[in-house]
Amino acid sequence: MGAKSLKCAGLLIAGILTWTVPSTAHDHKAGSIEIEHPWSRATPPGAPVAGGYLEIRNVGNEADRLVSASSDLAASTELHESTMQDGMMRMRPMAGPLEIPAGQTVKIGDGNHIMFVKPARSLRKGETFKATLTFEKAGAVDIEFLVQGMGGREAEEALGHGMHGSAAP
Amino acid sequence: MNGLKAFRLVAWIAVAIVSMGLAAFVLLKSEYPSTPASTVSGTPAVGGPFSLVSQRGEVVSDQSLRGRPYLAFFGFTNCPDICPTTLFELSEMMAELGADADTFKVLLISVDPERDSQELLAQYMTAFDPRIVALRGTRAQTDAVLKAFAAAAIKVPMEGGNYTMEHTAGVYLMDADGRYVDLMRMEEPREERMRKLRELIS
Repeated sequence: MGAKSLKCAGLLIAGILTWTVPSTAHDHKAGSIEIEHPWSRATPPGAPVAGGYLEIRNVGNEADRLVSASSDLAASTELHESTMQDGMMRMRPMAGPLEIPAGQTVKIGDGNHIMFVKPARSLRKGETFKATLTFEKAGAVDIEFLVQGMGGREAEEALGHGMHGSAAP
Repeated sequence: MNGLKAFRLVAWIAVAIVSMGLAAFVLLKSEYPSTPASTVSGTPAVGGPFSLVSQRGEVVSDQSLRGRPYLAFFGFTNCPDICPTTLFELSEMMAELGADADTFKVLLISVDPERDSQELLAQYMTAFDPRIVALRGTRAQTDAVLKAFAAAAIKVPMEGGNYTMEHTAGVYLMDADGRYVDLMRMEEPREERMRKLRELIS
């Protein structure tokens, strides 16, 4: 029995363990991929889109790639780049699957986002909704987004990622 | 050997020409939208007539805005991040100013009148300070207001026949005579934005 099959057996056991152990409310795992703080922003009434933000940690020894996202909330769920360039706000579909290097954490929400197109309802602060991220190696990861307030900064701070000098009155 | 040398020379010249072209393109590109409000002489290029309709059906024009300072920014409802966040932040700043926020106007100008109907804007804006006015117009009126603010909006096709808009970011601060004063950037710290706003209305 070679090292490779041992590793396979280990992965299988790890897989079964993560499968059977229920994930905590706000963090989700599959294989080497851990999803942290999936959050969305409350939407104004009638808003045709909603954004999704989270962090993807790859605790394994091999790179993985985020291929797609989906949710029952929306007619379609897309992965976008969204950047400020030369004074213009730009938004494009991601050029390809998002690389998650081994041992690293990739943030979605800094120059990119998940966009829920035509959400079935307005999102209110404190609500949650389900979605699925699909990775090349880790496969499908079911996650739950927590809806934060409408201010981006406020939402970030609520998650303990305090941003640069906002002076609360 | 000579043939190879000649080929290399030609190749390098081609590379140089392409690089210069690219550099010029990048320079021109960054020159245009990042300085929406100034020309070489430093005089504001912002100005010109425009006329749009608010979410409540009122006509708002460069002329009707005279007499009070105002804030204006471009956006659209199919925008998940910066547009709702800007509206939210401006609402918060207006709440902080209280009655002082009655001395100026705040305008969201839709770059996507095709999808942003007056009805949708009316519904959407209920989430924000009721003093904020959401404006839309016909294609020609929208082009005119973009020109008046030396701003740009580009339609970008997306998957499934959908599209999104790329547009000039930042909040234009305009004085009571409709002259451009400053640009407020939402990525600036709140105290800096408040300082610019207080200066505008003082």
